[in-house]
Parts: sequence; C-alpha cells; structure tokens
Amino acid sequence: MESQVTELAYAVDTFYFLVMGAFVMWMAAGFSMLEAGLVRSKSTVEILTKNIALYSVASIMYMVVGYNIMYPGDGVSAFWPGISFFLGGDNTAEGVIASGGDTYYSNLSDFFFQVVFVATAMSIVSGAVAERMKLWSFLLFAVVMCGFIYPMQGYWKWGGGFLDQNGFLDFAGSGVVHLTGACAAIAGVILLGARKGKYTSDGKVVAIPGANLPLATLGTFILWLGWFGFNGGSELKVSDVGEANAVAMIFVNTNAAAAGGVIAALIAARLAFGKADLSMALNGAIAGLVAITAEPLTPTPGWATMIGAVGGVLVVFSVVLLDKMKIDDPVGAISAHGTVGIWGLLAVCITNEEAALTAQLLGIVVIFMWVFVVSLIAWGIIKVIMGIRISEEDEELGADYSECGMEAYPEFVIK
Amino acid sequence: MKLITAIIKPFKLDDVREALSEIGVTGVTATEVKGFGRQKGHTELYRGAEYVVDFLPKVKLEIAIDSGLLDSVIEAITKAANTGKIGDGKIFVTSIEQAIRIRTGETGAEAL
Repeated sequence: MESQVTELAYAVDTFYFLVMGAFVMWMAAGFSMLEAGLVRSKSTVEILTKNIALYSVASIMYMVVGYNIMYPGDGVSAFWPGISFFLGGDNTAEGVIASGGDTYYSNLSDFFFQVVFVATAMSIVSGAVAERMKLWSFLLFAVVMCGFIYPMQGYWKWGGGFLDQNGFLDFAGSGVVHLTGACAAIAGVILLGARKGKYTSDGKVVAIPGANLPLATLGTFILWLGWFGFNGGSELKVSDVGEANAVAMIFVNTNAAAAGGVIAALIAARLAFGKADLSMALNGAIAGLVAITAEPLTPTPGWATMIGAVGGVLVVFSVVLLDKMKIDDPVGAISAHGTVGIWGLLAVCITNEEAALTAQLLGIVVIFMWVFVVSLIAWGIIKVIMGIRISEEDEELGADYSECGMEAYPEFVIK
Repeated sequence: MKLITAIIKPFKLDDVREALSEIGVTGVTATEVKGFGRQKGHTELYRGAEYVVDFLPKVKLEIAIDSGLLDSVIEAITKAANTGKIGDGKIFVTSIEQAIRIRTGETGAEAL
C-alpha cells in the first residue's frame, strides 16, 4: 500500500511537471504574438519565423548538450560542470519506491520543464533585435546561447554551482532566465545598432508604432497564462498538502504581481506622457511577472502586488531611458526582462528571510558579466563571419521580403 | 452628366449613402483616402515619443449623375456630412464627356 502511494505521488508530480511545462511552452506563442504586434507589418513574417525556429533550436540544442551542462549531477567544479551529450535514462519503479519519495518525478519530465525555459530566454532576444537582424545570424546565436551560454549560468545556480553555494536565490528565473535573455539581447543590440529612422540626427526619438496592438495584447495574455506554469511548476511538487498550498500561493502571487504591474505602468505612463499607453500596460504585465519570478512563494499577495507594481513603474522609465541612450528595443524586452529582472532578484530580500543582499548582488553581477561578455563575443564573431544586419535597402523593404520572401498579409496588396 | 467627387469624414459615410439613396442616386464608389486641408494633422503618442500624423483618414465618394440631379445631390451630401467642425470635407463637380455601361454597351445618361 505504501509503495502504491509513493508511485501515485510520483505519477501526480510528474504529471503536474509536464502540464506546467506545456504551459511554459505556450509562452513561445505569447512572445510570437507580442513581438508580431509591436513590430511593423513588413517585419511580421520574419519575426514569426524567428520565433518558431528559435524554439526548435532551443529544443534541440538543450537536448544535445545544454541540459547536461546545466545539470551534470556531479560537476567537475563549482564553476565548470563538464560536458556530456544527450539525455540519460529514467527512473525505475523499484528505484522510486526504494527512495521512499525522495525521487518524485520522471527525469524526462524535468528535461521537458527545463527546455521550455531556455526557449523563453531566447525569445527575449528575438524581440529586441527585431526588424533589422539577419535571420540566420540570429539562429546561429541561438545555437550558442541555448547550447552553452544559458546552461553555464544555469549550472551555477540551479545545477548547484557556485552561485547556489553562495546563497544566491532565484526561484523560477528572474535572473537565470529573464536577466540572461536581456543581457544577450543588449549585447546584440549594441553591435546591431538602431532601426533606420528610429533616432534623428539631432538625437530625437522617432516613434515607430507597432502594427497590431490586438495581437500584442493577445500575446501578453498568453504569456500571463504561461507564467502560471513558469512559476507554479518551479515548485516542482504538488502531491501533499504543504506543496499544494505552496503552488496555490505561487499562482495567486504570480497573478497579483502581473495585475500590479499593469496598473502601475498604466498610471506611470499616464502621468509621464499624458496618455494611457497600451504598449506600456502590456510591458507592465510582463514586468510584474518578471519581478515576482525570483520569489513567488514567500510574499503575501499584497506584497506580490507591490513587487509587481514597482516592476511596472520601472519598465516605463527604463524604456524611455534606453531610448535616450539610443538602444533601440522595439518591444521593450531589455527593460521588462533585464531592468525588472534585477529588481525581482533584489526584491527576494523583502520577504524571504534566507535571502542575503550580497548573495543577490553577486548573482546579478555574475549573470550580467557572463552573459553580456560571452554574448558580445559570440555576436561579434558572427558579425565578422556572416554579418548580423540586413542591408539598408532590405530594411526599407522589410525583413519579410529580404529574409523570407513573403508577406504577412499578401491579399491586401494589388499585384 | 456630372461627376461629383466628395471628400467626407469616414464616420459620415452611412448617413451620406442613405441621403443619396433617398433622392434616387443608384450608384456610389467609395475609396478610403488620406489627406490634409485646413484641419491639418494631429500628434499621437507611442511609448513616450510623439509623432505627427499629417494625413488624416477620409472617404472619397465618386458619384456619376444626370445633370438634373446635381443640386439635390449636393444638398444631400452637404446636409448629411455636416458636423459644423473643421475637416468636414469638400465637394467637387466636373463634367462627364461620355459614360458607357460595360455589360450592355448603353451610353450617355442611360448608362448611369
């Protein structure tokens, strides 16, 4: 009887893990729609191609080598995990029963849950470099990012490496996923430069409105939904009262933070610009979600709302500031995931007694330096080999035409 | 025969179409157009950056009629499209040299 309970609990937790992973997979759809909505219609096909291709590159690279780098079992050292290839086998019923409940989910369900996180980090990059990057250069970078850059820092934290040993806390990845994506993005954007016509010669910012705000809104709602898997699944377990309550708390806090982010961003935009900017409200939702991701369990729902709200305010001013610095990020990814990711990691200290500010700062600095520097080198090498930016003429015509040779809405054009 | 070209505010299209039907106009061609006149453009805001929209959306109507209908058509459009505010649009009248119905080959007023 007891062994049956153990097996059942294993099945429940594995099932929970897989379904939450599928929720996170759906975030790829959210990013696709958000990005397709916030670029111009002439860049729609290319950004959609990028999104579905990067998801696939992430799936393959993480299976081939990334997962093994991030979770080597026994790493060579706290800094270097060692390299091995392809996934290992799964647990046996005897092994699970013998563990007495310590082994409580399938190894492959763990891989599945982790692989969709890599894709999330890579999706962040695609929005920031939109409308002007070469498709194949981007996908080549995705190979490096998903097979090496992301798994290395992932090992340092979630794989049990030196950041984990130093007490750095990051529950579901404000740093490991979101800050990482943003740092790779900012390195790419610096080498790439702004979209043509985004800044005038006398330094003024020219608005380039997104083509389809209904799609952007749908994408944001999809991301919001997927985030319940992102944070809720990261509890890893649901099969007893304590864990089930923890998962419920995480769902409530994740929702509260997103709501706080929207309202705060909307009010901040209204006060700063005089109008209720929808694109900022959407960024506010993402910001609230990113902010709570580092610690969605210990805050009360009230605190979660506040943490999300601070993220919502930060994202508005971060977008404006980056524009002042001529860092052109069409979808606000660097602000929503980077600036607010840092805030999320610091906010852990507010409600989690085990958190130490020094450890959080260490994590932020290490992730930033590692991802930014290695990404800069990777983008730089790709730039030398094959270039990263489409020609000025192609940019004028649109990346859809130059990279994919088709239009998103061909029936609206007289041929 | 006269060709009336009217530029109106898009939301007035239904009212104008109804008014024209009432006085016996049997055909209208409508095109979505953009332009500026005395109304000029207006500024919009996106992510904190202002941008100027110089060309505002309007609807252009083209109506071919028998000359006898001219005054009533002008009156119908003027009444139906009027809001009293700047940007209500304009009506231009030109003469039609010839009109042909493609299906039957009828010409002149018969073809309208």
